[in-house]
Amino acid sequence: MDTKFQWRHKHLIGLAELSRQEIEFILDTAKGFEEFSTRSVKKAPTLRGKVVVNMFFEDSTRTRNSFTLAANRLSADVIEFTKTSSSVNKGETLIDTARNLEAMGVDIVVIRHSAGGAPKLLSRSINACVVNAGDGFHEHPTQALLDIYTIRQVRGSLDGLTVGIVGDIAHSRVARSNIYAMTKLGAKVILIGPPTLMPAGISQLGVRVSHNLDEVIEELDVINMLRIQFERLGGNLFPSVREYSHFFGLTVDRMKRAKKDIVVMHPGPINRGVEIESEVADGPNSVILQQVSNGVAVRMAVLFLVNQATAIQINE
Amino acid sequence: MTTRILIKNGRLIDPANKVDRVTDVLIEGDRVSHIGPTSACDAQVINAGGKIVSPGLIDLHVHFREPGDEEEETIASGSAAAVAGGFTSVVCMPNTTPAVDEATAVEFVHRMGRQARKTYIYVMGAITKERKGKELAEIGLMSQAGAIGFTDDGGGVQDASMMLRAMKYVSMFDRVICQHCQDDTLAGHGVMNAGYCSTVLGLPGIDPLAEEMMLWRDVQLVRKCRYRYHVQHISTAGSVKIIREAKEMKLPVSCEASPHHLLLTEDMVCNYDTNYKVNPPLRTEADIESLRQAIKDGLIDALATDHAPHLRSEKELEFLAAPFGIASLECALPLYIKALIEPGVIDWPAMLAMLTYRPAKVLDVEKGRLGMGDRADVTIIDPNAEWTIDAEKFFSKSRNCPYHGWTVKGKVITTIVAGEIRYSAV
Repeated sequence: MDTKFQWRHKHLIGLAELSRQEIEFILDTAKGFEEFSTRSVKKAPTLRGKVVVNMFFEDSTRTRNSFTLAANRLSADVIEFTKTSSSVNKGETLIDTARNLEAMGVDIVVIRHSAGGAPKLLSRSINACVVNAGDGFHEHPTQALLDIYTIRQVRGSLDGLTVGIVGDIAHSRVARSNIYAMTKLGAKVILIGPPTLMPAGISQLGVRVSHNLDEVIEELDVINMLRIQFERLGGNLFPSVREYSHFFGLTVDRMKRAKKDIVVMHPGPINRGVEIESEVADGPNSVILQQVSNGVAVRMAVLFLVNQATAIQINE
Repeated sequence: MTTRILIKNGRLIDPANKVDRVTDVLIEGDRVSHIGPTSACDAQVINAGGKIVSPGLIDLHVHFREPGDEEEETIASGSAAAVAGGFTSVVCMPNTTPAVDEATAVEFVHRMGRQARKTYIYVMGAITKERKGKELAEIGLMSQAGAIGFTDDGGGVQDASMMLRAMKYVSMFDRVICQHCQDDTLAGHGVMNAGYCSTVLGLPGIDPLAEEMMLWRDVQLVRKCRYRYHVQHISTAGSVKIIREAKEMKLPVSCEASPHHLLLTEDMVCNYDTNYKVNPPLRTEADIESLRQAIKDGLIDALATDHAPHLRSEKELEFLAAPFGIASLECALPLYIKALIEPGVIDWPAMLAMLTYRPAKVLDVEKGRLGMGDRADVTIIDPNAEWTIDAEKFFSKSRNCPYHGWTVKGKVITTIVAGEIRYSAV
């Protein structure tokens, strides 16, 4: 780790705006926190006296728990704040909600929101640090960080690897954050899915697009199977789940044609039998649970760093 | 006694009469009584040396929000903004709450306009009841009450047979029918232009086709019924192409362009700044180029602001939730200068034509000209004055202006409506 490097971002909104060095710095910091989960006393005093609020406007179990656990391990006080209504559906405005929380002395706001840009809006409006836990179809930076952390753990580095991301790219914040992180760290990315699930102009991000999983599976070192989010598919973006699985599901049969050591990933929760067959999800190539464990270390690193950036700003 | 105003030594640009020379304009009462060197005593003299004297500017497209959203704008505040922007006539859109879809609403807007006593207010009525696109509104009664045209602006009439019926029916009253072209099936819940930027921001996009499909459809309807039709705020290169073809076919089709579609691009949304959220959305450099070329070629009839005021608290929302619209009435003229004159797209007479007699022709009203005996609506412009746009100083009640802080050239000095000085820059 470059000891001279100093983290300066008070907010983590997305990976689009981070450099390779900054992304690697988060991963290296997370490495330091990884051994925490193996200790008998899983706690550091780093954020003692700090207040973290988990502001979730969308359902989430694993991301929220992961953030809560990360904050707890750093000794922060955590407020859980769940709201299914927001200004998008005529509730209290986001800014009003946030200013109220801020008035109670919150230091870090972790936000999950259905509207792309909500964390950015928040970061402009309040003084607390803002960490994006997923906003609309925009970004999900901590998910991508834990994904690349896991790949590094298994393969050492992303340089020269070919990563396939399969599924609903158009409506996936995970895909976008993955693309930024992986391409910056030297991987080649192939997006795989039907044209109806590909967003406009995506190839301008320096990725390849394929509509045929069978054609590219042999090239892949890593395959990330996105969850088909039935609740988000408003229109008829593909005819049926059966047809989708037929063309884009990761089946035992397809695995036979993949590289022996292909790394199988999934951001969860899994739709077994839809995007991935159970035998593959639970098989030897799967790192799905490892991703979850790493999520805590990565989020500890993020909370630690944004808080540190605030401290530096105050000192300067 | 009639009041007399003498505008001395200004550069009179009256595109309708092909006039462009330094001269004097004498106003008596509400009419222009003399053009040419003169020295009327007892007249109030405005020294217009170095200034441009134009027929009063006309804006075909404003939202004054009254009735219903008076916190955003009222007809009084909007009218004050209009004259500060040099506009002596504006056309109010009917998408208020409730919508202007029957005669008393038309009369109400007119009355509030008269009371404000700033700019002249024209009213457009809705084509369909509550702008829902299902049943024709009382177009005839609204025409009698003075509605100058009809539109469901804010959205388009989705049903083709309804639009054809509306065109036929409106023809009986000889009013212009206008359309905000947007096919909702293609636009979906989009909030910005569909493309690379919307993909990166993770925001649902509006494909240019949404505008072009409806425009193309309407042009076919015009081919059938041959009734005059006006397209509001065109924003894409594809729309320009359709307009070009329609005009080549000599169809009675006119169109307008708005300052933001001539100056701003989709990538400016990059920080989720909702002041850039507008419908039709901001497009690309290529679209701007195409619109400017169309203006150069004379294909676009009018410049119109689509002044759409919104509260700060409404714009301070998630990009998905914030309302569409830009408030630009007070700074429109220098924006047009920046978009069209500074890059040499067109000259002053051509630009003023698009702000005076050409929009008047769209409405079929006797305005936008400054000859002897014409109504004394005059805008005096200092073409060289540099100033910085400050939305905080707007007469408009709203501040949703992406041009805030821009340094621009060209300033409205005096606005005269029906022979009365209604605005003077301090």
